[in-house]
Amino acid sequence: MMLLSARNLSVRLGGVDVLQDIDIAIQANEIVTILGPNGSGKSTLLRALLGIIPLSSGRVTRAPNVRIGYVPQRLAMDRSMPMTVRRFLSLPKRVSDADAAKALEKVGMSGSAQQQMTDLSGGQFQRVLLARALLCNPQILMLDEPTQGLDQPGEAAFYRLIDEVRLDSGAAVLMVSHDLHVVMAASDRVICLNRHICCEGTPRVVSNAPEYRALFGLGTQGALALYQHMHDHNHDHHHDHAHDHSDKHDHASKETHHAG
Amino acid sequence: MLDSFLLRAALAGIGLALATGLLGSFVIWRRMAYFGDATSHAAILGVALALSLDLPTEIGTLIVALAMAATVSTLASKGWAMDTTLGVLAHSALAFGLVAISFVPGVRTDLSSYLFGDILAVTKVDLAFIWGGAAVVMALLIWRWQALLTTTLNEDLAHASGLNPDRERLVLTLSLALVVAVALKLVGALLIAAMLIIPAAAARGLARNPESMAALACGIGAISSLAGLQLSLWQDTPAGPSIVTAAAVIFALVAVFGRLRAR
Ligand SMILES: Nc1ncnc2c1ncn2[C@@H]1O[C@H](COP(=O)(O)OP(=O)(O)O)[C@@H](O)[C@H]1O
Ligand SMILES: [Mg+2]
Repeated sequence: MMLLSARNLSVRLGGVDVLQDIDIAIQANEIVTILGPNGSGKSTLLRALLGIIPLSSGRVTRAPNVRIGYVPQRLAMDRSMPMTVRRFLSLPKRVSDADAAKALEKVGMSGSAQQQMTDLSGGQFQRVLLARALLCNPQILMLDEPTQGLDQPGEAAFYRLIDEVRLDSGAAVLMVSHDLHVVMAASDRVICLNRHICCEGTPRVVSNAPEYRALFGLGTQGALALYQHMHDHNHDHHHDHAHDHSDKHDHASKETHHAG
Repeated sequence: MLDSFLLRAALAGIGLALATGLLGSFVIWRRMAYFGDATSHAAILGVALALSLDLPTEIGTLIVALAMAATVSTLASKGWAMDTTLGVLAHSALAFGLVAISFVPGVRTDLSSYLFGDILAVTKVDLAFIWGGAAVVMALLIWRWQALLTTTLNEDLAHASGLNPDRERLVLTLSLALVVAVALKLVGALLIAAMLIIPAAAARGLARNPESMAALACGIGAISSLAGLQLSLWQDTPAGPSIVTAAAVIFALVAVFGRLRAR
């Protein structure tokens, strides 16, 4: 089922064309990842799809009353407003204590309900944001660099959780990510963005595309070799994998950094 | 029963405290302090308008406060550098208002009651207006509470949940104009913003949730009103400033208590 689509989507911000002629469609039950260097318009694309910023042309079509769980890239919370984790989960829709506890447990934050949001670390904050997004029983999860601030086990657990949510609820996932190696293993479809869509397709197709390698400054091997290497293993267990090959992981994250 | 001027003053103060406690919490959360200043100072201009057109002052105040609140809120949503703009607007509104009033014959003597309020002179009609206005403000804010909190926290999250931040901003703009119109007679144009900010700021140190902060702000505002009235009767001090003084003392006590407890 088509949940969300955009045709010829363009966005101008401050007189600059940030996005041009984007065509995108999200189906139920698929995990789509947007890759691109910093400033390539990834966050802008999510915000345009959500209707937060106006389009300069094109249109976005959503399935009627589609429920979207959104985890923004940054959320600066002000100390002036006191807010416990439990209270935050009930915004804007009130949820029962049982549901709130279940969601916190899912993201590995049980027992934090009475903590102040401003006392959380970056990674904990990110998990609570995800718990809140899950509580609206979303048909689409939109996650903007959701693993920033998570440690490695946290990151692996995060992708397992996303997969679980998809299996349980049939939700689609649209996320922005920088973790090339994990993305390749965890996504059904990858979109490379640099103000326009450079290339898209299954991870295997994209990692072979010259546009992709140019975008990330990879040689003819780089992520492709890494991807195939990982693909030969059992990729249901990214967690173990990340540990077994932590040297590879470092290698990949350096390259990501370099690209950004 | 309402024949006692003291009882009327006390009821007026409590009505005001309920409205300013709720709205004041948003003023703090959204960092709208100057916004309150600009709108309440513009009320003086509203008084001048009402006097020269022979309208009730409440109407004049409401109209001008609404115009100012809407202007400021529009500028803010367009991304103006608000610190400077609001400073300019707040002080010019006051200056223009004072100059305009000086052209209205026979008002000069009354001026201080518009600047500092005169809660002890509240009539039954005033009381009805105050409680009516406070009730509307409270109903609006409580009705939109969840949406207002979400929007205040983060407009992107609000959008994604299907809320419209512009509409919620309008709710606050309307409420602010109403509170200013209600509060002018009680604490005066110069101290309305103080009633918005000080009780809520004191409540912040005691609260763990937005709801408890807002409720505490209402309570602290009400206690300040009663204590200020008491001070005013006892030492013959001006009532409006006495109320704000009481609120400031509570704020200081909470701050010191909080420091001690944190050790
Ligand atoms: N509000 C804005 N006004 C002007 N330019 C903006 C605004 N928001 C983002 N941009 C610009 O749009 C481009 C894309 O930003 P963004 O979508 O945040 O990139 P990414 O998430 O891929 O790092 C950047 O060049 C950024 O400077
Ligand atoms: Mg971004």
